[in-house]
Amino acid sequence: MDIAINTGNSKYHVDKNGYYGRFGGAYIPEMLYPNVEELQTQYFQILSDPSFQQEFDALLRNYVGRPSPLYLAQRLSEKYQANIYLKREDLNHTGAHKINNTIGQILLAKRLGKTRIIAETGAGQHGVATATVCALMNMECVVYMGSIDIERQAPNVARMKMLGATVVPATSGSQTLKDATNEAIRDWINNPIDTHYILGTASGPHPYPDMVARFQSVISEEIRKQLKEQTGSELPDYLIACIGGGSNAAGTFFHYLDEPSVKIVAVEAGGKGVHSGFSAATTQLGHLGIIHGAKTLLMQTSDGQIIEPHSISAGLDYPGIGPMHAHLYETGRGQFLSATDDEALAAAYELSKLEGIIPAMESAHALAKLKDLPLQKSDNVVLCLSGRGDKDLNTYISHMTK
Amino acid sequence: MQNRIDQLFAKKPNGVLNIYCTAGFPELNSTLPIMKSLQDAGADVIELGMPFSDPLADGPVIQDSSTLALKNGMSIPVLFQQLEGFRKEIQVPVILMGYLNPVMAYGIEAFCKKCSELGIDGVILPDLPMAEYESEYKTLFEEHNLHFIFLVTPETSEARIRKIDSLSRGFVYAVSSSSTTGKDKDMGDQSAYFKRLKNLQLKNPILIGFGIKDKKTFDAAAANANGAIIGTAFIKAVAESKDINKTIKDFIGSIR
Ligand SMILES: Cc1ncc(COP(=O)(O)O)c(C=O)c1O
Repeated sequence: MDIAINTGNSKYHVDKNGYYGRFGGAYIPEMLYPNVEELQTQYFQILSDPSFQQEFDALLRNYVGRPSPLYLAQRLSEKYQANIYLKREDLNHTGAHKINNTIGQILLAKRLGKTRIIAETGAGQHGVATATVCALMNMECVVYMGSIDIERQAPNVARMKMLGATVVPATSGSQTLKDATNEAIRDWINNPIDTHYILGTASGPHPYPDMVARFQSVISEEIRKQLKEQTGSELPDYLIACIGGGSNAAGTFFHYLDEPSVKIVAVEAGGKGVHSGFSAATTQLGHLGIIHGAKTLLMQTSDGQIIEPHSISAGLDYPGIGPMHAHLYETGRGQFLSATDDEALAAAYELSKLEGIIPAMESAHALAKLKDLPLQKSDNVVLCLSGRGDKDLNTYISHMTK
Repeated sequence: MQNRIDQLFAKKPNGVLNIYCTAGFPELNSTLPIMKSLQDAGADVIELGMPFSDPLADGPVIQDSSTLALKNGMSIPVLFQQLEGFRKEIQVPVILMGYLNPVMAYGIEAFCKKCSELGIDGVILPDLPMAEYESEYKTLFEEHNLHFIFLVTPETSEARIRKIDSLSRGFVYAVSSSSTTGKDKDMGDQSAYFKRLKNLQLKNPILIGFGIKDKKTFDAAAANANGAIIGTAFIKAVAESKDINKTIKDFIGSIR
């Protein structure tokens, strides 16, 4: 896997100062500076090391089960009158794309001599993926999770505990992903020497957005190969991914950013409707701001207070967006759509019935936009099915009986 | 006019007491009466917190004071209204401390202009990177006679401390241990760090903050620096108080 590919000439990848256009950077208090600087100066070198890459590849293959299939979904294709390929990240060990990043970061943490791992989680998928690699590498693991998410993603809380992690509820603010991230950052401030923070999405201070994107870039590297085998061309007409902080989207788009013929579609959580006051559609509602150390688009009041978002999906319930994506939005390279809670639910039921695949609530947001794209019958569409729906069964069941 | 922070250290190089209080806490209109009480009780510097919804560097006590202040309706524009004409009553240096996002939303240039009109002396924005300050904002702050104060921690390298010292005006804020505010880490083993700082002979005075809560910790910090900053312990005292003016008098009295 070429996670250390040189992207220096691309205007969509990170620049040498840690920015994507006017977005990115590292807006952190001095207490975090030594840790973040250590990552900034070392991550690329570590990722470039052949022995690191070998270890990473071997774990992805033998432990995660990669490559994940690229599956031509026949009945879905028939319904939407295009060739729809699902990139099956749901089939990874632990059930989502999140494990690609946690494998990479735990190997990095080991090389940095860290002995304690912390993480934030929304849907619990990143928490489970982190607890999993900590068990594998025998490291102490503390996961911060919003109290509301602890309730709505209960199966994942149980899994984290069984894997030996300590789950700490975040009780401030909206008690969701944003607040869990605040708590994880505060933990890191208080434990600067022995602890590595495995951030779970393509946000946060530089180098996290680029580092996470690189660990997830295995997704688009595989898509290129698999699509070539199946269609004769590496290039689809459309790439579609849901976007919370933007890690599965970053992985899906990574090796296609400089292929102008490939249309890139990112789907945000519209909640109860973009203008309902209960939404997480950051590009539509956000303005330039600072969240969790990154300058990016951010949902905020005119006084610069961060607005508490809403989404039925815990993994998309975030008022910001990774800086790479803010840049893709601003440059027009990516098209940003939003799916409401109801649209996502309908799409999840549809995929289950048509293809026998129960998607994660997050991934269902991407599926929900197939109906809104001007697809041609000959179009090849690749959609990142970022996770499976086991963790969402309670939500699915409660809405079925309504 | 010479900046009030510089005047203070020229007059009083040792034992400077800086008290942090969140603006709009515990009530929206508490800001000015608390500042007045602090000055009367003998605080040398007042650091006013501009509340933020997501204060990453703060522990629960200051977080809660910010949440309450925001609920009370505090914001930068409201604070500036409250501070209109405050220099008629308050002579001690006043520093605004907060996070970058609300200041960006207000507009950094407009913010500096307003601060200087009102008579604010310094600003602390812990999440504004040093490099960005230097390349984009240094001239702006200096033109408005606003001292920009940076933090250093026990983990900050000597080279970086020297760079921070060269960019800081007024004083350097030495965080006593790598922690969020109000964390009760042991101050005992910090004296080596304080001595190391002292021996660097920085051009700026040094105030030590985080974990200073009473006479004992204040004296320990003040022995190795030009003074110290108290935040969490003060907020706690105010939060529990029935007579804020008296609480402030007693609090400052117990430290002096
Ligand atoms: C299955 C799944 N998809 C997507 C996401 C959203 O995160 P990101 O935007 O980083 O891919 C999550 C987050 O928890 C998730 O669990």
